[in-house]
Amino acid sequence: MTAEVTMRVWRGEPAGGAFVDYAVPAVDGEVVLDVVHRLQAGPAPDLACRWNCKAGKCGSCSAEVNGTPCLLCMTRMDELPRAEPVVVAPMRTFPIIRDLVTDVSFNYEMARRLPPFAPRPPEANGAYRMASIDVARGQEYRRCIECFLCQDVCHVLRDHEEHKADYGGPRLFLRAMELESHPLDTADRRALVRDQLGLGLCNITKCCTEVCPEHITITDNAIIPLKERVVDAAYDPVAWLGRRIRRRTRRPDPSPLPAADDRSPDKPASGVAGRQ
Amino acid sequence: MREAPIHDLDVLVIGAGGAGLRAAIEAAQRGLRTGVVCKSLLGKAHTVMAEGGVAAALGNVWAEDSWQVHFRDTMRGGKLLNNWRMAELHAKESPDRVLELEAWGALFDRTADGRISQRDFGGHRYARLAHVGDRTGLELLRTVQQRAVALGIEVFMECKILRLLEDPAGQVSGAVGYWRATGEPVAFRAKAVVLATGGIGRSWKYTTNSWESTGDGQALALWAGADLIDMECMQFHPTGMVWPLSVRGLLVTEGVRGDGGVLRDKDGRRFMFDYIPKMFAAETADSEAEADAWYEDHVHNRRPPDLLPRDEVARSINAEVKAGRGSPHGGVYLDIASRHPAEYIRRRLPSMYQQFMELAGVDITKEAMEVGPTCHYLMGGIRVDADSAASTVAGLFAAGEVAGGLHGANRLGGNSLSDLLVFGRRAGAAAADFAEGRPGTPVLDPAEIDAVLAAAEAPLAREAGESPYALQAELHEVMHNLVGIIRTGPELTQALDQLAKLEERTAALAVTGGRAYNPGWNLATDLPFMLTVSTLVATGALERRESRGGHTRDDFPDPDPELGSLNLVQRLGEHGDLELVREPLPEVPEALRALLDETTT
Ligand code: SF4
Ligand code: SF4
Ligand code: FES
Repeated sequence: MTAEVTMRVWRGEPAGGAFVDYAVPAVDGEVVLDVVHRLQAGPAPDLACRWNCKAGKCGSCSAEVNGTPCLLCMTRMDELPRAEPVVVAPMRTFPIIRDLVTDVSFNYEMARRLPPFAPRPPEANGAYRMASIDVARGQEYRRCIECFLCQDVCHVLRDHEEHKADYGGPRLFLRAMELESHPLDTADRRALVRDQLGLGLCNITKCCTEVCPEHITITDNAIIPLKERVVDAAYDPVAWLGRRIRRRTRRPDPSPLPAADDRSPDKPASGVAGRQ
Repeated sequence: MREAPIHDLDVLVIGAGGAGLRAAIEAAQRGLRTGVVCKSLLGKAHTVMAEGGVAAALGNVWAEDSWQVHFRDTMRGGKLLNNWRMAELHAKESPDRVLELEAWGALFDRTADGRISQRDFGGHRYARLAHVGDRTGLELLRTVQQRAVALGIEVFMECKILRLLEDPAGQVSGAVGYWRATGEPVAFRAKAVVLATGGIGRSWKYTTNSWESTGDGQALALWAGADLIDMECMQFHPTGMVWPLSVRGLLVTEGVRGDGGVLRDKDGRRFMFDYIPKMFAAETADSEAEADAWYEDHVHNRRPPDLLPRDEVARSINAEVKAGRGSPHGGVYLDIASRHPAEYIRRRLPSMYQQFMELAGVDITKEAMEVGPTCHYLMGGIRVDADSAASTVAGLFAAGEVAGGLHGANRLGGNSLSDLLVFGRRAGAAAADFAEGRPGTPVLDPAEIDAVLAAAEAPLAREAGESPYALQAELHEVMHNLVGIIRTGPELTQALDQLAKLEERTAALAVTGGRAYNPGWNLATDLPFMLTVSTLVATGALERRESRGGHTRDDFPDPDPELGSLNLVQRLGEHGDLELVREPLPEVPEALRALLDETTT
């Protein structure tokens, strides 16, 4: 009953921070987010952490536990090794706002770059007919809860700050493929995806698929078919063979992370989604 | 005091769930400068938690369905406390709102002939809920989110609104709040404001609601001088998870029962047959054989009692547990494992399968779930005009859960997603009309802005005092113990007394840390909202001396026809104190009343 766990939580700001240990009693059936909430109600009242649904449905509570990108609300404490401290860190790919909260506005800005859904006209009665089989794949894509864990783990973004200008990342490729394969859509986004959103930089390591909490087969079912569509218009087939690099995700370096540089003083970066 | 930079808009929408985004889309399509403010990131609103579907009489599965039947089901489910005009508009317009989502990219499950499939749900006579497995809310929210992005609507994320601002003529003219990321102040100047902030469930201990549901819109409206109605009508969803404790209260979709799941006591008995109320006896099966046959043939069989409206099912579960026939963790069993093959369950209820597997270690294709009532939805809310969603304050509109009236004393499952589309659109249109007709630039009072910010920031400056977390925990106990699913006069009086004491203690709140992304401080600024709406609920509940829908009084167990014809209206009186008046419900026109009296097809 008196068993304790040590939570090693990254605390800090854009300028820097460090891991802080908290010893808390172990409670049956808890997920990591429960323990974060207990820390807030106790020794760390200002510990910043996003959450909403606590059921793996909203994609707010993304972080890295023992080095693995995951949802805090779906990561059970009893599945983590008890002897070791449980290391909870923010997503490494995105700039720190505070503690476990990162600035994910990159993903919202990228989403605005894709030309929107452009349906063909409906039938005379205003409705559309689509067969189950034709919507099934799209429904898989649309399970995405926008947790951005795939973006976090993708090495093109994780290790190459410079690609944030020209690389959409797995979440955006998934969305692009969703639109491309939508039974009603009429727009063609292939050139854009190839030339401006960096599809070619993805070398199909499948790390994104591995972390997706919705179990979307991002690479096989979205990125590869998207590459096939794009290849029509000249595509380097070498990437097809793709080095499949098994990357173990690393604990974020507690040293200063690149801060958001595009914040206007009255609109924090997380709060911006500019008019287009 | 830091000065709050001001953003100028025609229409300001507060809340980025389905209702808020649908309202913003409407205003933006009209070419107005439209902005949406939300407390979380875009796309995380509580709408994603809606699982089962969106109710619309499309008639794709049962051609017999029509808006008239939907209207009737909604009114009867609401124990006739509904605003009839809202129920009529809702039933008539929801099919168009669903079809419109398809034109914006939504992918609903299909019928064999390629139309939108519809599923059965409690209180709906026909299979009526358009759905996407059991994640319909996510599909709906993502669709309106993507539409909003396509329209270039400005979204102000992670921003808490503290107060609405009015011009000297008393018209709502903007709002003031702070950015959660930085703690810096911000103000909005707008010609019209739409409230779409959702519910209040965060005041209870076991709830399906997220941290955001702190009654922001209800309290903002009250403080701005608006009327609220029937705040006592709170829905406890019959099926929340009960184990493990850390997920107690988490929603288990009614779709489980719609798809054939049944409720059983600890001995496996289907107890719902013991709890069929008179009002629904004519349309409810009284044998297991008929109930089971209904799933295949809705015309010649009556519906299973497991699919009675939510208030009935929640009370029945409560009674079973009290009588000692519950499950080990204080719930009852919800069994779909013995009724369908595993493949069917995984296909129809993928997120329930995942939720139980990952959080409780229960395989719902093999075992029954343990479930019990959990605080879920506020039927009451801001008093609005049915057609325009206008509140009683000029320039202020409200849609979705924050508005009262449509659902009466009890909401049917599936009617909230349709609610937020139908009335989100209407609120957006009416706010756009109002903004277009309002001359000049709205005037804001800088002194008022400063005063609001100073009050919100006070806990940051206090050296020592009350912990917001401790205060919230006490509030949870009060609401759970004294204003729960079954209520009594003495307990409600006690609750009001305790709420008043908690409210006094908010004056001594103190938080550690700075203003940047500080959840302790954020909670301190949410607490006045939570306490205000909790007081409204307890006050209404004490006054409504009857049992009706989601409001059950142990000391007044029956409905009272006189109270059933009244809205309990609450507002701030001249001296800023709460005032409650009884007002007659709008009278149902003859032609519509005829629809209600008919008890069978
Ligand atoms: S498969 Fe492509 S998108 Fe996914 S993580 Fe690897 S490089 Fe990134
Ligand atoms: S694809 Fe999966 S990992 Fe990526 S954002 Fe969506 S849900 Fe998250
Ligand atoms: S809180 Fe919603 S996914 Fe974790």
